[in-house]
Amino acid sequence: SRDELVCGSSNVSLREFGCEQSLLSRPDGSASFVQGDTSVLAGVYGPAEVKVSKEIYDRATLEVLIQPKVGLPSVRERSQEQCVRETCEASLLLTLHPRSSLTLVLQVLHDDGSLLSCFLNAACMALMDAGLPMSCLFCGVTCAIDADGQIITDPTAAQEKESRALMTFAIDSKECRVMMSSTKGSFSVHELQQCIAVSQKASEKIFQFYRDSVKRRYSKTL
Amino acid sequence: MAAGFKTAEPLEYHRSFLKENCRPDGRELSEFRTTTLNIGSISTADGSALVKVGNTTVICGIKAELTNPTVEAPGKGYIVPNVDLPPLCSSRFRPGPPSEQAQAASQFVADVIESSEVIQTEDLCIERGKLCWVLYCDLMCLDYDGNLLDACTIALLAALKNTKLPEVTISTETPEVNLAKTRGLHIHKHPVSASFCVFDDSILIVDPTAEEESLKTAQLTVVTDEEDRLCTVHKPGGTSLSGEKLQECISRATARQREIQKLIDKVTRSVKTAQ
Repeated sequence: SRDELVCGSSNVSLREFGCEQSLLSRPDGSASFVQGDTSVLAGVYGPAEVKVSKEIYDRATLEVLIQPKVGLPSVRERSQEQCVRETCEASLLLTLHPRSSLTLVLQVLHDDGSLLSCFLNAACMALMDAGLPMSCLFCGVTCAIDADGQIITDPTAAQEKESRALMTFAIDSKECRVMMSSTKGSFSVHELQQCIAVSQKASEKIFQFYRDSVKRRYSKTL
Repeated sequence: MAAGFKTAEPLEYHRSFLKENCRPDGRELSEFRTTTLNIGSISTADGSALVKVGNTTVICGIKAELTNPTVEAPGKGYIVPNVDLPPLCSSRFRPGPPSEQAQAASQFVADVIESSEVIQTEDLCIERGKLCWVLYCDLMCLDYDGNLLDACTIALLAALKNTKLPEVTISTETPEVNLAKTRGLHIHKHPVSASFCVFDDSILIVDPTAEEESLKTAQLTVVTDEEDRLCTVHKPGGTSLSGEKLQECISRATARQREIQKLIDKVTRSVKTAQ
């Protein structure tokens, strides 16, 4: 069940997207997400038993682990884990599974820019595949502002390097509002608003891609 | 009675205050706690500052060391920030390796330094490809009562402004350090952060205490400099925020930047006149 999307028809251009769900047998939900040459594999375990020290009495404990392509996770990965975890926590209905644990593992397969947004997209597809109850979906969009002030959505690693500001947002599917924001470089308020507007537009395309790929997957199995 | 209500129903307790547009500690929703600053508190460090935002206390010490520049950036020095949350500061932190919160805070401080260009790392280079300064910025929280990131950025900025580096001359291959002759760092920008908590998905409060942080549905930190440029808009997940609310936060953050820069300038001046 592999689906692909080529965006670029209107003014917001994204690289070629690809997604495959349920590709791993052991996790309760899994997905791989590809944005151009950036590729992430996600696996979800749970709801399962939770360690007593991490138990929360009125909701499930969500743990997010990010595995880099080489080496051990560092401080940067910790910070990304926090961003992904708190975004997932806001969309998942964790109170339906009190005193249990959910584990989301994100493995980098290849990084060619917009990695944090790819993490978010892979996470959302994997949570969906695990069948966990959610209040809304979310997607990640990265925007780079280049030296001429042009906004590039879903930049490659080379475009990220040349940019003077880089922003990643998580957008929810219900009201298209900003759930998560992580930025680098300095920018004006106007540029921030422009980037949010562009990301909201891009999110519509990504949610449509989510819908198409899930629809295609179930039309094959059913 | 009130104490019992607070323990049994902390969320309802806070709601009852927020309904009246005030908070349990008597503040308004957009009011910061009293911020006090002490510069040069550690005499053995090359630069230091102690900041109190309400009860939250953060001390920053800067240690400068001579080192070789990295191969990727031969013309630059570097800055290594580290945030420590010891068990001393709150019962929520356990001894052992740094917690996720401490690591995320370290990364946040590193990102603020890089994004704001508070110091141009070229300034730290002494001889290209051979010798440069590395600044170890250690931020230690002594008392944790919420809003760690704001306290950290103020402490860091004040400590950097306080840092004095000895003059280094290179003669016949060996560097000579002249401790009698020191110079301050050139601070290019003054980034100041302002943190906000979202309560019940809609109510916005500034400068949250530890208690308010534990009940929040989302948190947002905005860092601005004196030219009103945004250096960081950090929102690690949580419930979504509308554009108007975001604009409100940015305006409050710009006002906060002015207040803090004034405070730092005032304290720096008073330290100079005392000497």
